[in-house]
This record gives sequence, C-alpha cells and structure tokens, in this order.
Amino acid sequence: MNNKTTNDPEKSALIELIYQLGDDDFILAYRGSEWLGLAPHIEEDVAFSSISQDMMGHATMYYHLLEALGEGEADELAHLRNPEAFRNAILLEKVNGSGTYLDKPDYDWAFAVVRNYFYAVHKQVRLESLRLSSYGPLADAARKIITEQYYHLMHWELWFKQLVTSTEEAKKRMFSAVETVWKDFGGVLTLGPSYSEMVKAGFIEDENLMKKRWLNRIEKMFQETGVPLQGEPLIESGNGRKREHTQDLADALATLSEVYATNPASGW
Amino acid sequence: MEAVLQSMNLKEKILLALKEVKDPEISSVSILDLGMVEEVQEIEGSVIIKALPTFAGCPALHIIERDIKKAVSKVEDVKEVKVDFVFSPTWTTDRITEEGKSQLKEFGIAPPPANHVMGEPWSIDCPYCGSSYVTMENIFGPTACRSILYCKSCKNPFEAMKPVADMN
Repeated sequence: MNNKTTNDPEKSALIELIYQLGDDDFILAYRGSEWLGLAPHIEEDVAFSSISQDMMGHATMYYHLLEALGEGEADELAHLRNPEAFRNAILLEKVNGSGTYLDKPDYDWAFAVVRNYFYAVHKQVRLESLRLSSYGPLADAARKIITEQYYHLMHWELWFKQLVTSTEEAKKRMFSAVETVWKDFGGVLTLGPSYSEMVKAGFIEDENLMKKRWLNRIEKMFQETGVPLQGEPLIESGNGRKREHTQDLADALATLSEVYATNPASGW
Repeated sequence: MEAVLQSMNLKEKILLALKEVKDPEISSVSILDLGMVEEVQEIEGSVIIKALPTFAGCPALHIIERDIKKAVSKVEDVKEVKVDFVFSPTWTTDRITEEGKSQLKEFGIAPPPANHVMGEPWSIDCPYCGSSYVTMENIFGPTACRSILYCKSCKNPFEAMKPVADMN
C-alpha cells in the first residue's frame, strides 16, 4: 500500500473522488435527518436517525482526508462551501417531498426507501472497490465504513422487499418511486469528468464495472420481487459530479449551515 | 498502592490512567476494555495515544479525546499528550476484553458474540437473567453501537452491542 500522490492531475483526481464520496454521504445523511419524528413508526425513527448519524460520520471521515490533502478544515468543507463546490449526485440532494420538517411536511416514504436502498447497494459496491484503493488512507477509511454500511444495506433491503411485495397501494407507490429514482440514478453511478485519471491511478475501479455490479444486484432483487426492469439508469436532472445542482441543495445547505455560519469561530 | 505505582514504568502508569477513562455513553466500561486503545507511544514525557473509533459517527469521540488528555496529563513525568484517532486496524467487537464484557452486562447491555462472522446468525443472552429466549426489536438503538431487544423470559427490554467484524 502506498500513499503516493505525486503528479498534479493524479492528485486533483483523488481530491475530486473524495469530494464525491463525502458529499454523497453528507447530503443524503442530511435528508435522512429531516425524517426524524416523521418516519412511519418509532422504531424506524430510531433506526433511520442512527443510520443518518453513521453516514454523517462517514462524510466527516472523507472531509478529514481532504483536510490532510490541503483542502481546508473538515468543518468548513461541510459548512462554508458554496453549492457550486459540491460534487454529490443530484438525486441525493432532492427534497424528501413537499413542505419542510417545520411546515406541513408531506414526505414520500416510498421515495426515501428506494433512494436509500439503491444508494446503499451502490455504496457497498463502491466501498468494496475502495478498500483496495492505491491511496492507503482511502482504503483504510473504506474498510472502516463497510462494517457499518453492512447494517444500513440490510435495513433498506428489508424495507424495499417488504413494500414491493405488500398491498396494491404500496406496490403502486414503490413502482412509481423506482421510476423517479431511476431517472437520476445514473448521476450517482458516474465518477464525473476526471474518471479516467482516478481509474488509471488505481484509486477506484472503472465506473462501468461498478455500474454493472450495481445493476446485477438490483435486477436480481427486481426479478425476485416482481418489479419491472427499467433499462439504463439516466441522469435527467443534471450531473452533480460536474458541480451542477438544483435549488434543493442551496436550500439544504442554507438550513444546515445556519448555526455554524453565524459564528464559525465558536466550538460546538 | 504507592509501592506498586513506584515499581511501574511510565507506560504502565499511563495504561493505568487510561483504565479510568470511560465511554461517556456506557459509563461502566473503560476505553481500554472496549479495545479502543491501539498504541501508547512515550518519548521523554511526550505521549501519543493511537485510538480506534468504535463507530465513525460516534459523537462521544471528542469527549473521549478530552478525557484521555485529562487523565494522562495527571500522570507524573508526562509533559504532553496527543490523541490520534486512526482507522487501521479497524475496531471490531472482538477487541472488547472479558472484563469489558462483564462491565457491559452490568450496564444492561449484552456483550457482542466472540468470533462473529458478518451475515451469520447472532445469538444473544439477556444480560439480566441469562435467557436466550429474546427477540430483536430494533437492530439500531439509542447509540450507533447498540441494538434494542426484549427478553421473553424475564420480560425486560435490554440492549446489545452490535457485532462488528472485519469484513476484509
């Protein structure tokens, strides 16, 4: 294992990759935290908030790796960056539904289950590749995260399976959420413009290979549970890896950074 | 006790001090017995403690860091203390000592099974009555490292530490 980041295009590809990993977990953890108190039952409230807390911890690990690479302090990377500096996939920043958690939240549980299940499968595939990364600190982080991610994947797989094989109403809502999530899941699967440098340097495997692994797992689940196959996942709302984002991200960042930004110098 | 302390070298004294640093969320167990201390380096009074976080998002990490510094600074001849959280090796529940396991039970938390293989069934005994006639209510619990269960024998709710094994 080595920690080489000798030439510049290689180093910037590494930094780009870690931003993607950190920002994906960060924003989806935030969306998860918005469900607190609104999940279908109290046990799910406990589970979902615990998962969101773990994921926020994973984002923190990635931001600390960026700090070590000279990108600035981890807390500031989380709280003080502009939306245009985020590399998360657009699907993960989308609101949970209409309203806010303070004002008439009408959140879509089917969307939450599908988005989190698809993401957890991809996160598993991605971590299995990252634990062999040529960048030692990233491989170490992946080995740590994978032990926690195991429980998350199990949780979302159970929800997905139960709801798509439940009542007609549940099936209808779940199939519709699958269609919605599919239209943007391609944005999660891509590694963005510097993908070939990432792969050449051995930081992560080919995105097409990982996409194939993701599709195999998802399609196996679809066949088992009678969900119609969807074809190629799309990137309809834009490519977050190219720093394209929606108003949803700007709104989320404004809310989550509100306290920190009032006085970044204080300790929390 | 004085005589024992005098016969100890500095590293042993530091380890003794670490025995007093408890997990703030499970106040009966020391971080040493939880297997969170990977290495203690000491060079002429400068101490570096390499510690392994249990769960990455654990909010107690900052408190643990503060408590380690406080406890170790009190040891005679220690000039400075630094705490490094490292992720290699990965913390696993196999690192918890036998003493740690019995302290977990005192706190009402069933200790994790030894030599657990991720994905395999996990047998849990009630920490109060020892019965294995229990049900899992929620694999996730009040802290990242715990699950919620119910004992059908003594009719008590209890918690269990989630098994974490190296998956590599």
